[in-house]
Amino acid sequence: MGRFIVPLVLFAAWWTATASGAIKSYQLASPRDVVREVIELAQTGLLWRDLGASIERVALGFAIALIFALVVGSLVGGSRAAERALDPTLQAIRAVPSLAWVPLILLWLGIGEAAKVTLVAIGAFFPIYVALVSGIHGVDRKLVEVGTIFGLSRSALITRVLVPATLPQLLVGARIGLTQAWLFLVAAELLAATNGLGFLLTDGQQTSRTDEILVAILLFAVCGKLSETGMRALERRLAGWTDTVPA
Amino acid sequence: MTSARIRGLRKAYGSQLVFDGLDLDVARGERVAVLGASGCGKSTLLRCVAGLERSDGGTISTTGEVGVMFQEPRLFPWLDVERNVAFPARDDTERGRIPNVLALVGLTHAARRLPKELSGGMAQRAALARALVRDPHLLLLDEPFAALDALRRIELRTALHEILKLTRASAILVTHDVDDALAIADRVIVLAGAPAEIAFSGTVGETAGRQAILDALGVHEPAGVRAAFRASS
Repeated sequence: MGRFIVPLVLFAAWWTATASGAIKSYQLASPRDVVREVIELAQTGLLWRDLGASIERVALGFAIALIFALVVGSLVGGSRAAERALDPTLQAIRAVPSLAWVPLILLWLGIGEAAKVTLVAIGAFFPIYVALVSGIHGVDRKLVEVGTIFGLSRSALITRVLVPATLPQLLVGARIGLTQAWLFLVAAELLAATNGLGFLLTDGQQTSRTDEILVAILLFAVCGKLSETGMRALERRLAGWTDTVPA
Repeated sequence: MTSARIRGLRKAYGSQLVFDGLDLDVARGERVAVLGASGCGKSTLLRCVAGLERSDGGTISTTGEVGVMFQEPRLFPWLDVERNVAFPARDDTERGRIPNVLALVGLTHAARRLPKELSGGMAQRAALARALVRDPHLLLLDEPFAALDALRRIELRTALHEILKLTRASAILVTHDVDDALAIADRVIVLAGAPAEIAFSGTVGETAGRQAILDALGVHEPAGVRAAFRASS
């Protein structure tokens, strides 16, 4: 019950401030306006278009990041030579605030879908990569020895010991990566988009429609929360065996 | 017929020579306890026989399956007890043995539990069941009781003794505890020196009594303590 108190108080304050006219609607739309705007956007189909476009970009960018992170992370985690060759460069790239790549990406890929998906993928890649490499490095050598004693082949050692041992870390990385994907989506769509939730934000700003801006923010919150909840459920299901306090 | 035959074993870590020509035979069904001071090479010997360490010379040959049990259970935390025990099983015969070995170590009721839900003693018994599932001719036991409290220790020791008798498996037990050695082994050897050599070898109940082993280990109990011990046993 306690966790509802602060949101309810905030909601009441929002309602009172806008209804009494203390805050003008061009500064902050009232809850009623926001609900009306949601219904209107849903009826015209714009809501689904923007929501769909954003989800598609996140899903595609995240999937690409996941594939790249799995390939590169396995290489770096599994081979000293690959680690020496790749990791310093990747760590240097990681040190660049990823949004600094935006101008270059726009120049190379234009303002189309490719640029947005690429930006999302860059954002999601690093948390997954870092988690996977540290997961592989952290595998208990003693468990690997057990596999060796039972005469497991290299591939069996990977599938039966290394993969399950690494999975919990990988899933945590994927969850953080998905959160990053949403973050980078906003950046991509704020810069150049004709649809998507980020577009809803800029459109609302340009037309001074605070109700539209609030709808976009609410939808971001819902999407972010849903993907986080989904990933946590996946962690519980696939890595419930870990003997640690859940993060 | 021997279960393990070690001839001229040489093993060095850098410039430090652990063994320089060690010979040891373990007869079929024989249980040999290896004692010695910390760092004398007991565990290294076992790891060489298990194939976890490459020797620098000499030959090690074993007959039949070899099962290994460590100081820690080393269960796979993502598998329940039954699946852990099933891990080494390669065919239906070995899989068919799973219920038996679970019963043997008294874990039938805990087959579905994850390692994190087991006590230390239960986890170690699960590890023993896993080591038994291929019906090994030789069990390599590296301080298997060291991490257990006194009661669990006696419990597992007794269970292991019964199981070894039942399966007629040979065993090499590395331990620092004379009582563990006397409870399990037919023969006790003491490793000493650098490079380590067999400083003492005796049959339990004949030449390898508690005092003889302690003497070989260079442990001197104060006379008063010795008298008290004699009086109580």
